[in-house]
Amino acid sequence: MSSFDIMFYVIGAITLFSAATMVFSKNIIYNAIGLLFAFFGVAGIFVMLGADFLAATQLLIYVGGVLVLLLFGVMLSQRITGLEMRTGTLQIIPAAVVCVGVAAILLRMFWMTPWQKVETGAPQPTTKSIGTLFMTDYLIPFEIVSVLLLAALVGAAFIGRRDAR
Amino acid sequence: MTPVGLTHFLVLGAILFCLGLLAVITKRNAVTVLMGVELIINAANINFIAFARYSDKDLDGQMFGVFVIVIAAAGAAVALAIVLNIYQRMRSVNLDEADSLAG
Repeated sequence: MSSFDIMFYVIGAITLFSAATMVFSKNIIYNAIGLLFAFFGVAGIFVMLGADFLAATQLLIYVGGVLVLLLFGVMLSQRITGLEMRTGTLQIIPAAVVCVGVAAILLRMFWMTPWQKVETGAPQPTTKSIGTLFMTDYLIPFEIVSVLLLAALVGAAFIGRRDAR
Repeated sequence: MTPVGLTHFLVLGAILFCLGLLAVITKRNAVTVLMGVELIINAANINFIAFARYSDKDLDGQMFGVFVIVIAAAGAAVALAIVLNIYQRMRSVNLDEADSLAG
């Protein structure tokens, strides 16, 4: 068992445990903290896959942005005192059946498929090549996604206004 | 025990996806449902990066990963604004209580 394998199992266990905390905890703050560590774990998985730029982006945007946004959503929409922090669950039995079924199908497919074997060398730094690709092959998607982001920002600010009609 | 390869990462992504799906289906609180959506998006992203690593074209999958993160952030911002608006109108963010459109 190489150190790469040990790292994978440790990071994978942290990720899955945090995600399970997020899903099964009844306290919404615990949900958010579980999601935080799940995001950290996914960033670690990205590092193991040689995607250094994406791991940094994951930390900046998810941990720094989306999670703070979600916590704001929690704080602004819950009465902090009292029992309002607890979130209920619906339809737990059918949902468990559906999820276990989907998981079984996916896992069976992943184990059965003979994926092509490619020799992977040591991971190279990717930031420079990603920057070059943004300005060459992916220029149009880059511009479109910038406009989308601007539109989403303006739209979110408009919808979130107190006197939105 | 086989050394860690593509399949291991795919399996991790699949389990993460199913946990997110469980949160989306079962939770009553709209913010928690949104957290489940983020988990699902992260699981999809793991698959993109894993396939990018274990194939010849190294960077195309990572570019898709960047776009996925950007679109997820935009989606989270708009969804949070909608949740806050629902809260202002109904004083609750429970999804089963926001049923004014149900006849």
